[in-house]
Amino acid sequence: MASANDAKGHNRPPLRLHVPEPFYRPGDAVDFSHVTIPPAGAQPRPDEACPARDTYPLCDDLIRVLGEDNQAHGPWDPRLAPETLRQMLREMALVRAFDNRMYRAQRQGKTSFYMKCTGEEATSVCATHALDADDMIFPSYRQQGCLIARGYRLTEMINQIYSNRADKLKGRQLPIMYCSKRLNFFSISGNLATQLPQATGFAMASASKGDSRIAATWVGEGSTAEGDFHSALTFATVYNAPVIFNVINNQWAISSFSGFAGAERANFAARAIGYGVAGLRVDGNDPLAVYAAERWAADRARSNGGPTLIEHFTYRAEGHSTSDDPSAYRSADEGSEWPLGDPVNRLKNHLIAIGEWSEAQQDAQDAELDTMVKEAQKEAEKNGILGHGLHHPFATMFEDVFEELPWHLKEQSEQAIRERQIKWPEDPAE
Amino acid sequence: MSDVITQTQTEAAGETRHMNMIEAINSALDVMLTRDPDVILLGEDIGYFGGVFRCTAGLQEKHGKTRVFDTPISECGIIGVAVGMGAYGLRPVPEIQFADYIYPGLDQLISEAARLRYRSAAEFIAPMTVRSPFGGGIFGGQTHSQSPEAIFTHVSGLKTVVPATPYDAKGLLISCIEDNDPVIFFEPKRIYNGPFDGYYDKPAKSWKGRDDAQVPDGYYKIPLGKARMVTDGDALTILAYGTMVHVAQAVCEAKGVDAQILDLRTLVPLDIEAIEASVRHTGRCLIVHEATRTSGFGAELSALVTERCFYHLEAPVERVTGFDTPYPHSLEWAYFPGPVRIGEAIDKILQD
Ligand SMILES: Cc1ncc(C[n+]2csc(CCOP(=O)(O)OP(=O)(O)O)c2C)c(N)n1
Repeated sequence: MASANDAKGHNRPPLRLHVPEPFYRPGDAVDFSHVTIPPAGAQPRPDEACPARDTYPLCDDLIRVLGEDNQAHGPWDPRLAPETLRQMLREMALVRAFDNRMYRAQRQGKTSFYMKCTGEEATSVCATHALDADDMIFPSYRQQGCLIARGYRLTEMINQIYSNRADKLKGRQLPIMYCSKRLNFFSISGNLATQLPQATGFAMASASKGDSRIAATWVGEGSTAEGDFHSALTFATVYNAPVIFNVINNQWAISSFSGFAGAERANFAARAIGYGVAGLRVDGNDPLAVYAAERWAADRARSNGGPTLIEHFTYRAEGHSTSDDPSAYRSADEGSEWPLGDPVNRLKNHLIAIGEWSEAQQDAQDAELDTMVKEAQKEAEKNGILGHGLHHPFATMFEDVFEELPWHLKEQSEQAIRERQIKWPEDPAE
Repeated sequence: MSDVITQTQTEAAGETRHMNMIEAINSALDVMLTRDPDVILLGEDIGYFGGVFRCTAGLQEKHGKTRVFDTPISECGIIGVAVGMGAYGLRPVPEIQFADYIYPGLDQLISEAARLRYRSAAEFIAPMTVRSPFGGGIFGGQTHSQSPEAIFTHVSGLKTVVPATPYDAKGLLISCIEDNDPVIFFEPKRIYNGPFDGYYDKPAKSWKGRDDAQVPDGYYKIPLGKARMVTDGDALTILAYGTMVHVAQAVCEAKGVDAQILDLRTLVPLDIEAIEASVRHTGRCLIVHEATRTSGFGAELSALVTERCFYHLEAPVERVTGFDTPYPHSLEWAYFPGPVRIGEAIDKILQD
């Protein structure tokens, strides 16, 4: 080892390596009093056309609309019609019902894997409501809410999760890695953060064609450490691309807390400052604030104001995925003690407070949504579940590698079919 | 016969214990962290949690969090930082959570780590061991199943190692960590918990009760560049590594084929002597790997065998591989080069 301290007579202090440590580990009691939560309505709302630097105070603040009194406050109140609020509530509750049922389906062995977004429903559902239907979404894997908000059929989603013979993606993708060109929902990659430069490129293309479509992309706070994040922001600022970067700060990246993505030193919204991009930090469990911030960024992009980075400050209330056991690395109390509450409850309580909803209606709706998901599941199961033979025909395995099947894939395809007759003689799929 | 290393020939230290591959890897890391204060472990989720496959479980607790620690999700950062640590004089052992996620770190590996010794005329070296679970068979879909070894064997300056047993995993990993060159250590995740014979619809096997899972607690090394003869035989040579060693062996047992199976263990450097000796002995050669076929490492092996043993060959060299498609989630077992594909290839080779 090449230590200068080995030299005689030095009097320099030894350096120390800092390795971040989360506040709580399993068994610890949780106290979130260090999390600064400003009052709802207290944050200024600059004009969408403002210079990026006018947003920088907001990068260190937290945009909030819904107060403890369940009323909307301040300049960020998007003043949505009650029907819109009810619609968003319905879709968030649907995402939750869907997640719960699919989680169970994985435990029942009907699929290999599932990922819930419990607690983060607003960051996808309400953000999608703030976009136009033809704006392009470049999601990560926890944005099932975007698809649901765009009205994707649940059965289609479950077909994908089961990789069955009706799966539009022909059984090739991991469950939850949906894609829908019709709904302007880009194909999801398992490789983190790759969607960020892609969204930027889409936005640049739209701008270069004089189109009016913008792009929005989602990424976890942990993944902002990837080089793709930094490349995307550089391109976005250089070309003033009409793109929105949604950073979902749910505090945890598998077992690594947000400190391993740099959160001990600066908020994620503050990443915008170094690039000269507009930045907003939002209470991600406040459906109205999420909507308002996304709408602000969309309007800005649409009027050639350029990119915005939004940090949605939220909490991953469940495990990372069905392969994860969060009790091994974080305090069990974190979820219940999270000071920003639950997005579904907050919107429900708001609607009740303004006389537009009731607990009874909520209960009825929950029951209705649960039945709806169950029925979609039943319908999807007719097309097969993972590993039970009802999948796409073997030959499809070789399709779409290229536009046309080259000789070597033809040979391999014939081999796969030959093998199949030996391996699965009873298999109903060709 | 060349000096093909067999397990009994290898020096082993300390009491032996039954271990699965994860425990053997953990033990190798533990031994090296204890022996050498310059060894340092870094990677996503490896610290407190002990890694998503638990290979580093307990090591942070034992060796402290400045020697075993979590990193940002940044593979180019992880590998780039390891290059710098190597330049300082440490022996970093970075973990890439899945081999499928090594690509953001490729430039640091290919242009930097692999070339540092050469371009600095050996003034600087990058003595790192990049550990990464690889291969399919766990319903991981196309981004948790890849076998990208050929990308690395193509790069001059990198060594590529793939263990197939717990005993080898520990001994090879210790050699890698002590090696002064950058090494890619691919851990076949399908056999972490037990050998896999390719019959995915039969109950999984366990490492328990097997000689190759009796692992010494202490320090021992298996040299890089030495193949292991799995079974001796006359009918044909089978070259394999990782999971496919076990699949090939099970097929030969089931078919009653008297094959000489070589577990290559290290792809670079390659035990060419053992390969030549075996093919000259049997006159027939089958190469088995899980990675896609075209430009896979099997192509290199086939070329070498043809160049060096052509006049000893009684049949064309055959390759059994994955197909040239991404790993499809629902058709994983159609993709996997299992008993049927291997069996057909053996029949074909033995026909001539
Ligand atoms: C390039 C790459 N590296 C590593 C992984 C493995 N991995 C999958 S999810 C994940 C954590 C991501 O955390 P974050 O970005 O915070 O998103 P969250 O899961 O919290 O929504 C990791 C490390 C991956 N998928 N891709």
